[in-house]
Formats: sequence, structure tokens, C-alpha cells
Amino acid sequence: MEFVSQIGASVTNGLAYLGSLAALGGRAAYYGFVGPFQGKPPRLRSAFSQAMDVGVRALPILSLITFFIGLILALQSAYELSKLGALNFVARAVALSMTRELGPLITAIVVIGRSGSAFAAEIGTMKVTEEIDALETMAISPIHFLVTPKFLAMIVMLPCLTIWANTMGILGGALFGVTQADFTFRRYIQTSIESLYLRDIASGLIKSVMFGATITAVGCLEGLMTGGGAEQVGRSTTRAVVMSILLVVVVDLVFTGVFFFVGNP
Amino acid sequence: MDRNTANSSPPTAAISLRDLRVSYGEREILHGITFDVATGETLVILGGSGSGKSTLLRTLVGLEKPTSGQVWIQGKDIAAISQAELDQIRKKTGMSFQGGALFGSMTVGENVALPLREHTKLEDSTIEIMLRLKLEQVGLAGFEYHMPSQLSGGMKKRAAVARALAMDPEILFFDEPSAGLDPIIAAGIDQLILELKRAFRMTIVVVTHELASAFLIADRMVLIDKGNIVAIGTTQEMRSSVQPRVRQFLDRVPEPDVEGELDYLQTLTEEYRRHG
Repeated sequence: MEFVSQIGASVTNGLAYLGSLAALGGRAAYYGFVGPFQGKPPRLRSAFSQAMDVGVRALPILSLITFFIGLILALQSAYELSKLGALNFVARAVALSMTRELGPLITAIVVIGRSGSAFAAEIGTMKVTEEIDALETMAISPIHFLVTPKFLAMIVMLPCLTIWANTMGILGGALFGVTQADFTFRRYIQTSIESLYLRDIASGLIKSVMFGATITAVGCLEGLMTGGGAEQVGRSTTRAVVMSILLVVVVDLVFTGVFFFVGNP
Repeated sequence: MDRNTANSSPPTAAISLRDLRVSYGEREILHGITFDVATGETLVILGGSGSGKSTLLRTLVGLEKPTSGQVWIQGKDIAAISQAELDQIRKKTGMSFQGGALFGSMTVGENVALPLREHTKLEDSTIEIMLRLKLEQVGLAGFEYHMPSQLSGGMKKRAAVARALAMDPEILFFDEPSAGLDPIIAAGIDQLILELKRAFRMTIVVVTHELASAFLIADRMVLIDKGNIVAIGTTQEMRSSVQPRVRQFLDRVPEPDVEGELDYLQTLTEEYRRHG
């Protein structure tokens, strides 16, 4: 009986958590998109500097990782395709799996590691040092001040990073194609482009926008829920990373499912 | 507490608490606090650690919601008004936090200017002048381009006071203004509070456990113990009080060690039941 009630309690907690996430994301979006029409513009300067942090500074590491992922994908698919004598399908396989799935997902995971954790640490530290309370007593909404700029930066930068990741992945695949599979570089790229439909790229980008919103909401919520002392900040940061990865995969599954059933001709 | 009873018309004092109760989860921290702070008065809230004095201050500035009772600030019950109305009141009050709570990513000047930038449409040049003025008032002239991390503890508190003063508040709250400071710096902060009181006739509420500082700056004092008011009165009345709990606090008598074996056993078992 205790077991059942424990399950019940975790389900309730889980739903409450999702509710808080939705509420936080909703309010951040409200300040971002409705606020400007009510004379309360978002703090764009802060959003730009966040975008630099989240986006531009992530490029080197993201490029490296996705280039390798593209190369790995090519090797793995070649393993099976060579048995069928269809090595020229490697370009297709890499292009499709990068744009539809791995580009957005790997980007999200890199951004979780770099920025989702940083959001939780930054806001958590501010919570512990009473800076969040200070904002409230100055009649400044912490969500408008802190969360909305991050939110805007993320939903803009994640799709941009994803496009970059897709490109780097395809280039990684090309390294294999050119050296091992009788492609010329030109023909490899051409085959990749021809094998992609707009909906492949678009579905990946839509997912990446959702990933961006999810990562921001989780990182900021974990930061805002930080209680007690400095050691709690570390715990919040860890939780932010774990929960973000979990929720990004769940969101990925939901959207992939929707695209599969709705979008398939 | 029924809000519609005849005696619940808005009080005229700057701050009025009526049977204020605050709980964290199941645990009630404040058990019905009632007092007034007159306009222009400096009230010091005294109490030991865990007495509930910090919770009381957090409730006064709207950071904690009371479970029952009323918190009237300038004629508005801040527990019952909308966020927009609360924000209006908050613009007229300032709070100086224990550790300063300055934003680490901004310079001291940007910290002080933040409320002005957020809430007024003043020109940048005007804001610049105002922030210099505020910094000068707290004795930090010339520090506007320093980062908070470059300031000492006492300077951080002064900068925090400057930020709290930015909007020319009518009520100023201080959380442990002299905690963690050496006696000389602490005396400087006391002096600053006295100056603010004289120069601007502000209503000031200070939470502290530093007796010397409390007697220096207070017009009246409230002693809180375990979530209840033990005594309230002028500094004179407090000094001459014969109430045992007041005497114990003012004469700094330590808590007796053993409270009786049965009580001790009960505390232990209660702890066990609570935490498993």
C-alpha cells in the first residue's frame, strides 16, 4: 500500500513540477512577446549578451562534436550499407539523421551542459545571496529581469546552432564519403541536399525551438527553487542538467511522434 | 482573521500589523504579531536567532505571505492587494539586505541606478547625477565604477543602502545592518541610519540582535521570542523593564542548559517523529 501511495506522490510531484515549468515558461514568454505591446519591452541588451553566451561561444565545441557525430554516423551506416553494395546511400543516411534528429538533439545536449547548468547556477547563487529577493522588493519581476532575456536568447539561438550542427554533421559525413566511398566533395554535398526535404529540416528546427524553451524553463526553475546555502546551488545545477536531458528527450519523442503521424504523406 | 470587521478600517500608521501569523509549511513561525510603526519613527525589532524576526521583516516587505492577519503598509493591506498594487508600495519602500544583495554582474553605480532605470523615465544624465548623490549620502562617492566584489563588507552595505534610497522611499527596512562588521564599521552604519532618520524623517524598521546599535538608533523596540512579542516600548521602557525574558536578552544571560529530563526526552522524540 505504501508503494502505491509513493507512486501517487511521485506522480503528483512530477505533475506539479511540469506545472511550474509551464507557468515559468508562460510568464517568460508573456514578458517577451506581450510585454512590448504594454510598454514593458524585454531587456534586449541582456538578451543579446545571453545570445552571445548561449550561441556564439558554443560554436567551437558544438562544431567539433557534430563533425565527429557526422563521421560516426557515416561509418556506422556504411557498415550495413556496404553489405548491400549501396555505399552511395551514406550521404542520404547522414543528412537525414542529422537534420531530423541528431543535429537538434546534440545541440540541445551541448547547450544544456554549457548554458542550462549556468542558468541554474547563476539564478541559484542570486537566490542564496538574496539578490532575487532584492529584485522583488524593488518591484522588479525576476522573471522579466532574468528569465525572459535567457528565454529569448535560447529560442533564437538553438535553431541557429542546430542549422550549424546539421552542416557540420554533413561535413563530417563527407570526410568519410570522400575518402572511403568514391564521392567527390561536390557530389557528396549535392546528394545530401537532394535527399533532404524542407520538412526534414523544419521538423528539426521546430524541435530545437521547443528544446530551447524547455532548457531555459528547467534551468531557471531549478535556480529559483534553490533553498538554503551554497551547497544547494550545486545540487540545483546537477538537477537542472539531469531534468533538462530527460525533458528534452521527452519533448523530442512527443514532437517526433506528432510529425510521424501528422506529417507523413 | 475576518477582514470585514468594524475595526479593520485602514490604520493611519505607516505600518500596522494585526494578529499576523506566518507559517513555513506545517510549522508556524509567527504566532499573532500586532504592533504599529508611526510615520517618521525608527522601530528596532530585536530577537535571538530563530526568534522569527527575519521572517517578520520578510513579511513586512511582502516576500512571505501571512497565513492570517493583516500587514498594513501606508493604508494598504499588502497581503490582500494585487501584484501591481504591491509593486506601487514597493517603489515607495527600500530594503537593505543583510549581505547587501548587490548584483554581482553590475557596477555599484548600475546597482544604485537600477530602480531608477526600471521605474522612471529619467534621462541617463539625470540618473547619473542621482546615483552620485545617493552614493555620496552613504559615503561612497567615487565608487560608482567599482564592482561589488571589490568592496569590503561595510562598503557593500552602504552601497545597498544607496540602492534602497534610490527611489526616495518613505519607509526603509534594514536586515541586520551591523551583522558581520567590525565595531568601527558597524558604528559607521548606525551613524548612517541616524543621519537618514534626521535628514529625511523616514520611517525606519531595523531587524538586529546587536543591543548597542539597537539602543542607539531606536525610538521604540519590539522584542520577539519564539514567534511572539515579548515586549514593546521605548528604549527607556525596555531598559527599565523587569520582565524576565527582556532582562535575560538585554543582560545577555545564557539559556539554562537542562530543561528537565522529561522535556528533553520529549524534544528528542518529537525530532525523531518529524525527521524519521
